[in-house]
This record gives sequence, structure tokens and C-alpha cells, in this order.
Amino acid sequence: MKTKNVMIVGVGGQGSLLASKLLGKLLTQQGYDVKVSEVHGMSQRGGSVVTYVRFGDKVYSPVIADGEADFIVSFEKLEAARYLKCLRKDGKIVVNAQRIDPMPVITGAAAYPDDVLDDVRAKGVFVDEIDALALAKEAGNAKSVNIVLMGRLAKYFDIPHDKWIEAIKSTVKPQFVDVNLKAFELGYQQ
Amino acid sequence: MGAERKGGGRGRLRRVAARCQKRLCNEARRSNVAADPLFTLSYTGVGGGMVLFVADDPAMHSSQNEQDSRHYAIAAKVPMLEPADSAEAKDFVKRAFDISEQYDTPVIVRMCTRIAHAQSTVALCDRVEKALPAYEKNPQKYIMAPANAIRRHPFVEARTEKLRALGETSDLNREEMGGTDLGILCSGTCYQYVKEVFGDTVSVLKLGLVNPLPVERIKAFAAKVKKLVVIEELDGVIETHLNTIGVPCVGKAMFPPLGEFNQTTIRKAFGLPVESAPAIDTDIPVRPPVMCAGCPHRGLFYTLAKHKITCLGDIGCYTLGSAPPLTALDSTLCMGASVSGLHGFNKAGGSDSEHKTVCVIGDSTFMHSGITGLVNIAYNGSNSTVIILDNSITGMTGHQQNPTTGYNIKGEPALAVNLEALCRSIGIERVRVVDPYNLKECEDAILEELAADAPSVIISRRPCMLLKYVKAKPPVKVNEAKCVGCRQCMKLGCPAISFKNKKAVIDATQCVGCGVCTALCRIGAMEKGDA
Repeated sequence: MKTKNVMIVGVGGQGSLLASKLLGKLLTQQGYDVKVSEVHGMSQRGGSVVTYVRFGDKVYSPVIADGEADFIVSFEKLEAARYLKCLRKDGKIVVNAQRIDPMPVITGAAAYPDDVLDDVRAKGVFVDEIDALALAKEAGNAKSVNIVLMGRLAKYFDIPHDKWIEAIKSTVKPQFVDVNLKAFELGYQQ
Repeated sequence: MGAERKGGGRGRLRRVAARCQKRLCNEARRSNVAADPLFTLSYTGVGGGMVLFVADDPAMHSSQNEQDSRHYAIAAKVPMLEPADSAEAKDFVKRAFDISEQYDTPVIVRMCTRIAHAQSTVALCDRVEKALPAYEKNPQKYIMAPANAIRRHPFVEARTEKLRALGETSDLNREEMGGTDLGILCSGTCYQYVKEVFGDTVSVLKLGLVNPLPVERIKAFAAKVKKLVVIEELDGVIETHLNTIGVPCVGKAMFPPLGEFNQTTIRKAFGLPVESAPAIDTDIPVRPPVMCAGCPHRGLFYTLAKHKITCLGDIGCYTLGSAPPLTALDSTLCMGASVSGLHGFNKAGGSDSEHKTVCVIGDSTFMHSGITGLVNIAYNGSNSTVIILDNSITGMTGHQQNPTTGYNIKGEPALAVNLEALCRSIGIERVRVVDPYNLKECEDAILEELAADAPSVIISRRPCMLLKYVKAKPPVKVNEAKCVGCRQCMKLGCPAISFKNKKAVIDATQCVGCGVCTALCRIGAMEKGDA
């Protein structure tokens, strides 16, 4: 099969690295050749964080270039728009409806384009917007936004539901398994 | 099979005895610090196995330059291996130790960000235990005074020729023939990008042993193809070598010496079509990393900015103090440069400079390379004010312990260096400790020490807010009736404070109740949260 590309983008501290770890583990267990690559030097410092997950029969490059992503999973609205250039023409965006102001917006040096996702949709791009923060809170922990979004992404994958559950159980810390399984279901069923 | 992550980031070369048996030196941008011992270790040999890990950072994701470590291997005359994925990273370490032991040389394994910060499948193998060889005194080999070193240099040159011969036949270098029109010479991730674009349709000579170069093998490969292209990130190291031995090739005429490549870089260079992507015209504000809410550095930087004090910075989280709105830093060069640079800055600027210039350096960076600079200040009676930002951890690289924290790198209890005692023992008489959450205390200390005609150290001490043992206080509340919208609190650059409808707003999910904004607000609108 042709190599598939998933980009996971968000704001440092949102848990995108764990999401990529989960996805990488799941895809490896499915027998794919997998490469996961990230730059996380600023991961706790609120900067823009990008992770690449690539899988297929044989994956060479560890990075996704412009116009190559089959999916962009964005933990924040602005970040989905920022990495739009990486999306394949028929690619899909799964995005958390949350708005997190970057420092230039906080200081008033720049404005947050609140209808940025409408601009993206206007270009004919498939955008699946979900209030992952609300669902994460419903699951019992605001920090499970990452797993809610993985639940949503799972709908577009041909991987059995129980394999996702197994991967979550083996990835998150034991004390957080229950809340994350709930978060996954909420994202999956929403 | 399992996924494996290779360490990257800013590790440091651990001290390694010349006799070390099996030691993996996890090192990255700090090859410059390790250069001094490396150049002479090449002469002594190692009497066991010694491997240095270096991760170059094309595109400078978290580095302050784009240096190419291959120059070190050439200059120090040591072999260098370059893996192209996680599996090779693991396998090459083992091969590197074998080469190190067999040829009596340090070996460098060169990574880049896209190998160091990547995960892919590896095949595990059984661990092989080896006995520590007995130590034998051998002054001719290990005392590198000139008389001995002169005798060791021929050994180094002969070793290089043996290693070159190894590269001519070793499977570390691999030829993958796919036609004779185009031949590509590459290594590391560039190999992956080439395969991604061309698959098996071009011929590739993939180098795993990148120093010394297998000259005869390269010549033979070049003779088989009509056109030879060298694809290497950063400098044209291989291309330059081919030029000197008279092998026609194209390299930097097609590829830049800047930044990171990917499959699109290759496609564009060969005039192949690239994927087009949707685009919108909307202005997307940048999202730079920021100091966290409750960061202990913020209050200190606010005070420096308020008084327009010139501040020489260093390497750590606190480099973020350079960003707006604080813009509190004037320079950042390398680890330790703040302290040694301050002495020079004040020497050049004289009394005028001494009373309005400070430097800031973190506790970990100070231990790493600030102490010698401080000795220099004390010894030379430099009228300089050094601020140690002691957040009780190595913050930026992910909370590693350091000699001031009371724990070793494994997290086990260890001796804690007392910074105050250390500074005093050097001869700094004016040493004081402030709490950076206490703006008044910070301001008084900075102004008094700048005014004093003596070297001084201010230790700004408060643990990093992200440490697990640091408990957050209830979030601050804005008293909207009191808030006059003066935006004074916005000068802190705190990600938890924003402005809506001309009033300050606190993001309760981020605020940790540090109270710096409460202290700053002159009309008391920033009220302490309920316990």
C-alpha cells in the first residue's frame, strides 16, 4: 500500500506527543512499517508542536512534506490553518474547536482569526470540527483531549475498535486508563 | 520488534576515562565542549570501546547554529558512522564499539534531528557482556606530552588508512544499483528522502561510514553512472573531498547548505513535480514558545526590563525572556558566555557599563560552564553583577537533575552543591538570594548590586513551576470593578493574562497563583484566589 501520512499538530502541553505514540504503537501492532517523528524541544512551553506519523508497507522519509498529509489532527483551530499547506488535496482535517491565543494575540500585536476554519472550508477542504475539550471534561479529565481526538480519527481508519482500546491500555498510565477509554468513546461516537 | 527512541536534545558529554570499556557518550550540540579531549583521545586511543553520539540540528529546531559535526571527525581523525533510521542507529552503535575496540579509536555516531527525534521499528538482539580489560600503565600511550605525542601521530595516520580500507569493503557502505543514468551519493536521512522520491529507479551509494571516505569505492561507483549527484545536508563535505580527488560530481549547486531537507527538496532540485496544497489568505499569527504561567524567571526579567538594564543571556528556558513583551535580553551565544562575556563587556564599557549591565545564567548552565567565568570575574576584580536563575532543575531540556538539585541524573539522592558557598569560596563577597516572585526584593537587590563597586552574585531562587512537587495556588481573580485597564499586568508576558473589553482576564486553567501580577497591580485589581 501507498504510505499514509498523519500529522498531529497542537500547542505545547496539549498531549500531542502521547497521541502520536499511541498511533505509532497501534499501527506497528497492525503490522505496518511505521515512522514517527517530532520536534518537541518546546513541548511544554506553549509553542507550536508538530508530529509526523507515517505508515505503509515500507516507509522511507520520517517527515511529511507540503501537500502530503492524508490527515491533519489539530488540537487547536489556528494550528489546523497553520499546517494546511501540508494537507493532500483530498486530505481530511480533524480539529478540536478550542481556541488558544498565542502570545502575539495576547499582547495585542496580532489578531486571532476566529473564523479561520470557515476560510479553510471555503477552499473545499473536509473539516471535522469537534469540541474535544468539552468531551474530555465529560470523560473526567480535561487533559484527555488527545484521546478524544484519537477517537474521532479512528472513525476514518479501517482498524478494529478493540485494537484501539488495546493500544490505549498499553500506552497511558494505569490510573488514567478508564478516563481515557471514556474519552476515546466520546470522540468515536460523537 | 519494538519502537525505540534515540536521545537527542542538549545532552552533555559525560566525563569518560581514557581506559573506559563500554561507555556511550550521549552528546549533541555540545561537541564543541568535547572537542578538546577528543582531539587528543584520537592520539591516545581508548584501550577499550568509546563511542560519542552527536546529533546535528539542520533547521535549528533547538540549536543556536547549524554546525556540521563531520568536520570534527575529519579534524580529529576519528571514524564517523551515520545511521539513516532507528534500526541503523541501534545497529551502528554496536558496530561503532567494535570499530573502536579493534582500531583503538574513539568513534563518533552522527545523528540529525530527524533520527534523534524519530521512532521506527528495530530488531532487538541479545546483550553481549564483555570483561573489563585489565589496566596497564603505558605512559608512552597515555601521557600526551610532546615527546610521546610525536610518536603517536604516525599511529593515527596509519589508523586512518586502515579505516579507509575498512570502508572500501564494509557493508556499512552500500551500493544499490538502479540504472546508469543517475548515481546519488548520500547518507543518513538524505538516503531516505532519495528512496522516497526515486525508489529503485536510480543508483545509490549509501555511506554508513562517512569518515574516512571509501575513495576507491566512490570512484568505482562514479565510473558506473553518467551523472553523480552528492546529496548532503549542511556543508558540502563529501563533495569537497570528491573535488580534491578529481571525481566529477554535482552537490551544492543543486542543494543549499542551509536548513533541513525532505522529499520535496529532492523533487524540486531534480525538477520533478511536487504536491500542491490548499492555501488560504488568512493571516496566521505566529505561536512562539513562551515562559510558562508561574515561571520564576518572569518577575526577575520584568524588573530588568523595567529599569532598562542591559542583560547578557545564556542557554536555557530563560532565553525566552528575549521575547516580547519582556524583551529583557541583549545577547545569547553559548553556554557560559553570559558570565565570561559580562567581564569582557564591562572591561570594554568601563564604569558606565558596570552599573547598568548584568548577566543571567541558570543553575544548571552555571554548573556546566559558568563557574570558570565567575572565577575570572573574582580574580580580576571585575565589577560585574551575575544573576543565577536557580529554578532547581534543568528546565528547557526536560527536567534533568544537576549538581545543585540534590539528585543525580538517575533521580537518586546525591550531594547538592551550595551555590552561595561556592560563589563565596571563589571570592565573591557580595552574594545574596532573592525570591523572584517578590518584585520589591528583586528590584532592591538588582539596583543595590549594580550600584556597588564590587563583584556580586544574585541568586534568584524558586523551583520551576512544572516540577511535580511544586503545588499551584488558587488562580488569581480580577476584580473588574477595580481594574482600570492600564495594561500594566500585560507587561509580564504571562500566558494566563489576556485583555477583553478593556479589562484584564485570567485564564484559570493556566494561572498557578504565583502572585507576581498581584504585586504589580497598583490598584489591587488582581486579587489572590480563594483557597
